[in-house]
Amino acid sequence: MDFTLSREQAALRDAVRELYRRSYDIERLRETATADRGWRADVWRSLADTGILGLAIPEDLGGAGAGIVEVATVMTELGRVLAPEPVLDSALIPADLLLRSNNPRQWQETLEGIASGELLGAIAHEEWGDRWPHRAIATSATETIDGWILSGSKRLVKHGDVADFYLVSARAGDDVAVFMVDGSTQGLSRTAFRTPDRRRGAHLLLEKSPATLIELGDPDAALRRVETLEQVALCAEAIGSMEEALRITTDYLGSRKQFGAALVTYQALAHRLADLHVLVEMARSMSLYAVAVVEDGAGETRIASRAALQVCRSARAVGHESIHLHGGIGVTEEYVIGQYAARLMAIEARLGGALEHLQQLASGIDSYDKVALG
Amino acid sequence: MRMRLSNDEALFRQEIRQFFSTQIPEDIQERSAAGETREPDDIAAVQRILNEHGYAVPSWPTAWGGRDWSPVQEHVFLDEMHLAHVPEPLTFNVDMIGPVLCEFGTDEQKARFLPGTANLDIWWCQGFSEPDAGSDLASLRTSAVRDGAEFVVNGQKTWTTLAQHADWMFALVRTNPDAPKRQKGISFLLIDMRSPGITVRPITLLDGSVEVNEVFLSDVRVPVANLVGEQDHGWTYAKFLLGNERTRVARVGVSKNRLAQAKRLAGETPAGRGTLLDDPILRARIAEMENELAALEVTLFRATSGDVDQAAIASILKLRGSELQEQTTELIADIAGPTALAVDGPSDEIPRWAQRSIRSYLTQRKVGIYGGSSEVQRMIIAKTLTGR
Ligand SMILES: Cc1cc2nc3c(=O)[nH]c(=O)nc-3n(C[C@H](O)[C@H](O)[C@H](O)COP(=O)(O)OP(=O)(O)OC[C@H]3O[C@@H](n4cnc5c(N)ncnc54)[C@H](O)[C@@H]3O)c2cc1C
Repeated sequence: MDFTLSREQAALRDAVRELYRRSYDIERLRETATADRGWRADVWRSLADTGILGLAIPEDLGGAGAGIVEVATVMTELGRVLAPEPVLDSALIPADLLLRSNNPRQWQETLEGIASGELLGAIAHEEWGDRWPHRAIATSATETIDGWILSGSKRLVKHGDVADFYLVSARAGDDVAVFMVDGSTQGLSRTAFRTPDRRRGAHLLLEKSPATLIELGDPDAALRRVETLEQVALCAEAIGSMEEALRITTDYLGSRKQFGAALVTYQALAHRLADLHVLVEMARSMSLYAVAVVEDGAGETRIASRAALQVCRSARAVGHESIHLHGGIGVTEEYVIGQYAARLMAIEARLGGALEHLQQLASGIDSYDKVALG
Repeated sequence: MRMRLSNDEALFRQEIRQFFSTQIPEDIQERSAAGETREPDDIAAVQRILNEHGYAVPSWPTAWGGRDWSPVQEHVFLDEMHLAHVPEPLTFNVDMIGPVLCEFGTDEQKARFLPGTANLDIWWCQGFSEPDAGSDLASLRTSAVRDGAEFVVNGQKTWTTLAQHADWMFALVRTNPDAPKRQKGISFLLIDMRSPGITVRPITLLDGSVEVNEVFLSDVRVPVANLVGEQDHGWTYAKFLLGNERTRVARVGVSKNRLAQAKRLAGETPAGRGTLLDDPILRARIAEMENELAALEVTLFRATSGDVDQAAIASILKLRGSELQEQTTELIADIAGPTALAVDGPSDEIPRWAQRSIRSYLTQRKVGIYGGSSEVQRMIIAKTLTGR
């Protein structure tokens, strides 16, 4: 067993850290969050140059050829600084799905575009009334002489406001399939929205939009695998956000004085910090566990659920308590701790939520005897 | 022993319920239920209707519009108000400065301020907290120096709720920096917000609302006639005021409304083959909260009938009440689930309650912070146990 990062992995972590240290401070983050699309094109280019956008794309397809460990390492750093660039949504997830196709080389141009930062993708899977793990997939796909066309609506497409292409799940008869839809294609309209953590997204309406089929051996399984990747990556991101939120809170209690002493000297508060630290460690363990399982080639959804549940619990406590421990300044928009809490809430909502994962796990407890690490 | 309301009290409840259902404009109630109360208009409109019917300041002395209600009646009134989604009258007027002036003000101050305070012709804000004086309020530094018939005030207040609408501020200021005990050198001043030297800077909260402000005071001249009570004795009046503040914040009715709303929304939220309300885990969580709320309400009843230790009760109600207010908003964010992710989008696609749910939850963390934070309440409760 070995939980340390290799030299290359540590270098990757440091490179991301350094890139963001140079690119943002609190002020710059706020400005960026309120500007048009909520992230910076120049930082995106630097991410491409550092190899982050094509991180998990094989080298012969234009990427860096790394795996889930590297992805998780990068995500943790992005979480630490509340990086607004949509690395996961616009690059890593779309690439992962394309790489699962029967012939990834067919998508080489797109993959190269992702890695170089020229193409932004987005996955459009969720529909109205969906709640994890339920996915209706009511969007219909019809084959015509001119090719496939899609009709239906997709909601909550993360960073779907600016995507150059969408990977859309749809039903052809009874079968689920995934399609590539060009962002500027006819019959596609998008309604942009913002998220509570100052990011962006869009709902899509497809009206007979031309689409290209992505050949996948088992589209359902591929979509589930991509979902697992998303969950594991978000868990890793949450770890970074939690660690930093706790660090900021600890620092604040160290400098803020009331009743003649630094707040951190009051045991009632020091114990709360200790409890939060324990929760962050538990979350980190489960996040690493999920990464290790994916790295070994298994994609077991139960393990992703275990990680997600712990991360949701820890994230909620860290966000909730960090605000409270700051007092009034914690509920203000200008001070950064509330932004960490908002990001952690958004990650929870994307993960599926503690309630949903608990339900999944609860429904399976009679299928085994002692709980064991798989 | 009896927990039922007496016949008279039950009649009183009827009368109040009738009043709220017939006299308050429905659009105000609807906005309040949706968390979209318009400030200051809705609050002013409601308070004036209440005042017209003699309901704005029931707890004041009868000479100034009070009703001489029993604690049970006061509770019933507040409860019905919450359950009917009627925005509360301005707490700074009704629960804070009004009672202080009734108790400690001069005749001239009473005549000058109380009628307008009851009718919200004067909008008050509370200038207590400062950047370095939060939980430790007695460390406040804003200074007031006597200069003839005036005080000259310099310093900064913060977290001043709705100061942007305020005509007047009641403030704690330091008049004697050399007092042997910090609490002894503080005075209670009434400051006209239009005075030269006052600047108000809004602070945006996590839900985007502008509710609190920083208030900067630079050489603000305040007539000595605006001093409440005796110079350097302001802490006594402040303690009197804060005691009144804490008993109001249990807000059982507000949490009840929110739990009922949560059940309704969960029943409308698709999940798998049914709705979210079919989920036993969610049901258990709601049942638990309802039970805690019931325990709080009975405790509130006991408090109104004097059955509990008076030293600790206000803190118990504040602590538990704010925890439940936080938990119920948290529940609504959990019910919204993925739909909480889209804000500022069209509401025909994702309802506004869901769009707002995460930011509302985060901002609602304020109730455990203001009015004496949960830690401050625990310290008070502990002190009643240990005597230390
Ligand atoms: C929305 C809102 C509205 C407000 N409105 C007003 C208003 O209108 N007028 C006004 O005067 N003030 C107002 N306040 C201010 C409010 O009363 C203060 O925020 C409160 O007193 C806490 O002070 P603080 O924010 O400085 O936190 P701090 O006192 O710095 O506390 C930070 C954290 O440390 C804890 N803590 C502090 N001391 C101890 C200790 N000794 N032991 C253990 N824990 C401790 C606190 O509980 C808190 O969790 C408002 C605040 C908010 C958030």
